[in-house]
This record gives sequence, structure tokens and C-alpha cells, in this order.
Amino acid sequence: MLEAFNFRVILEYLPLYMQCFVATLWLSALSLLGAIIVGIIACAMRLSQSRTMSGIAGIYIESIRSTPLLVQLYFFYFGLPTIGIMLPEWVTGVIALTLNSGAYYAEIIRSGIQAIHFGQIEAGIASGLSYFQRMRYIILPQALGMTIRPMLGQAIVLVKDSSLLSLISIVELTRAGQLLTSERFMPAEGFLTTAAFYLVLYYMLKTFSNWSEKRLIFREAH
Amino acid sequence: MLGFYFSELMRSLPFFLKGVWMTVAVAGLSLIFGTIIGFITGIARAGRNKPARLIIGVWVDLIRGTPFLVQVFIIFFILPGIGIELEAFPAAVIALSNLTASFICEIVASGILAVPTGQREAATASGLSRYQQLRFIVLPQAMRTIIPPLVGQYVLLIKDSSVVSAIGVVDITRVGWLTVQRILEGMMVFGLVEILYFAICYPLINLSGFLERRMTVVTTKL
Repeated sequence: MLEAFNFRVILEYLPLYMQCFVATLWLSALSLLGAIIVGIIACAMRLSQSRTMSGIAGIYIESIRSTPLLVQLYFFYFGLPTIGIMLPEWVTGVIALTLNSGAYYAEIIRSGIQAIHFGQIEAGIASGLSYFQRMRYIILPQALGMTIRPMLGQAIVLVKDSSLLSLISIVELTRAGQLLTSERFMPAEGFLTTAAFYLVLYYMLKTFSNWSEKRLIFREAH
Repeated sequence: MLGFYFSELMRSLPFFLKGVWMTVAVAGLSLIFGTIIGFITGIARAGRNKPARLIIGVWVDLIRGTPFLVQVFIIFFILPGIGIELEAFPAAVIALSNLTASFICEIVASGILAVPTGQREAATASGLSRYQQLRFIVLPQAMRTIIPPLVGQYVLLIKDSSVVSAIGVVDITRVGWLTVQRILEGMMVFGLVEILYFAICYPLINLSGFLERRMTVVTTKL
């Protein structure tokens, strides 16, 4: 198989791949940012005293976690136009990815916050710190330290999940492989190159994750 | 109009049930193969054979570092190029088994490594063979750490099985995709698809959480 491997075609398509690589980076980065914000909000709602708030967040988190991302993606892609909302494909894709990862981030953040001993929060209250001061100086620094690894793990999942956006014809890395397959009938060159680009991203995030575990975890939290 | 689409959707319910059957078939077969291969490779990864450990480690990284959709395309489009013709269904089962095996491998390996070495040493001192150690001492204890994430992995397996709809396996997702071409109510159609996945996955997620709580209690009692 290797002697038939056509590196010239890959070189020819390299500009397209680079462009698609950047597109994957952008789509993932945007969704990641959105997902963390959605996650923080959903988590705050889940942990709030209000039953309604907590219930809504619970339904959101459970329904996202119990259904496949691809179905959620199709739900927005085919569903939004029927209620009169016309969006470009990539916006639909980012919305689906954001809402999907947001639910997982909510759970990760919640586990981080709940791992903090209640005595620390009480000590904060006793010292006269306000809610935001307690969050800013006591809870969040520790929760972030403990959750940095699962958060980066979810970021890796998000980057890989962005490949599904190719199925609603957004041009990103996986789509580049599909294009090479359909234009030149070279699936091996197409998809193995795509896989190689994803592996680069994976190893970068994995290295960062290993490094952050050594550097960023606040030992006091344990 | 909505009522018309709804009754139309209800009429195609048998089609959806066929899709459920296909999802269960793909996921069920992959669950069996993935678990068997995952346990074998996991035991080898926690074992003493260095080359085997290294090769399995590279395999796990390759599978974890690339999107499942790309793996499906590689198996479906590239294997025919080296003389292995595959229908969509076996290709889907191979891809999904491979993915599941790589994740279960890591779960099993970390479960085995979590068993204290003293247990193994005591077993050696009692004259048990390597196989007997594994069968009667190590695995029964490791199962406590293995089972909760294993059930969680099965949920991921069912959700990931939606991706094989991209190569034309007529599972629940594909049925939704085909139906939405005819019944132009994306939210309704994919709402139904989500309900079907939810009905399968939600009980399993809760089972995983339940087992986790239960198994932890058992370990702390020891």
C-alpha cells in the first residue's frame, strides 16, 4: 500500500489542508470559549437554591449527555430553519458544539466546586467575605486547579467532535479528506493526512495537559 | 400543517423502530467484541511484556488522537484499496469495536494497576501461577474499579454509534436523516430521534453513577 501512496497529491493539497486546519482551530476555539461560559452558567444554575433554575439546568445537562452530538447537530441544522431561524452552517455547528460541550463543562466544574470542603466556605463567610470574594479567592482558584485536567480532556474531545461538522458541509479538516477522496479518488492519502493533522493537535493538547497537571494543581486543595 | 407532519411521522414509526434495532445490533456487537479485545489488551498493557505494552500504548494514542468519523472513513474507504472489501455494517462494527477496545484497554489497565502489589506478592508466595493470580486475585479486585467507567463507556459507545450513519448504516440517526428529507419538520423528526437515544442512554448513565457510588462504599469498608 505504501508504494502506492501518493505524496505529490498531498503536497498539492497542502494549502487546502492548512486552511482547513486553521478552520478546525477556529471552530474549536470559538466553541471551547462558548462551552466554558455556558458550563459556568449551567453549573451556577444547577447549584442554585432555586428549584426551577436547578431543574432547568438539570434537564439541559441530562438531555445533552444522553443523546449523541451528531443528532443534536442535525436537530439544529434541520430544525432551526423550520422555526424561521436561518443561520450560516458554521454558526449552527458552533452552537451545537458549544451547547454539547457546555453540559460536560458544567459537570466538570460542579465536581470541582463540590470537592471543596464546606468548612472553607464557612470560614470565608465567617471572615466577612462577600459571595463574589469567596468565589474569586477561595472557591474558583481551587476548583480550577483540580479541574484543569478533565477540562483539557474535554477540549480534546471537542476538537475531535468538530470533525462531525463536515457532515453538515462545513469545510474543516475532515472535509478536506472527503474532498481529496471525491476529487481524486484517493481516500488513503486524504484521510490519513487528515488523521495526521488531528494527531498533531492531540499531542499538543496532551502535552499541555501533562504539563499543567504538574504546574497548576494547587496541592492545598487536597 | 404541523398536525399533518405529526401523523405522517407517526406513520413512519415502524421505520424508526427498525433504526433502533440497527443501532442496538451495531452497538451490541461492538460492545461484545470491544470488551473482549479491550480486556485482552488491557491485561497485556498492565503486564510485564515491554514491547506489547509499547505497541498497545501507541495504538491507544492513535485511536484517542483521531476523530471517530475519520476512523470510520479510513476503515470504510481505505481497506478496499488493500483488497478488503467491506459492507457498511461490518465496517461500522469493526470501527466501533476498535474504538471501544482502546478505551476499555485503558480502563482495565488502570484497574489492574490499582490493585496493591502486596496482593500479587502474597499470591506468588502462595504458589499460584500467573494465570491463577490474574483469575483469582487481581481481576476480582480490579473489577470494582473497572465496572463503573465500563458502563459509562457503553453509553459513549451507543452515542458514538450514531456516527456510522455517515457511511450509510441505517441506524436511528440515518432514519432521522432520511425522514427529514420527506417530513420537513427538523425539530420534530430529530426530537423523536433524541427521545429514542435518551430512552436507551439515560438509564445506563444512572446505572453507571449508581455503580460508582456502590463500589466506592465497598472499597472504603475494606
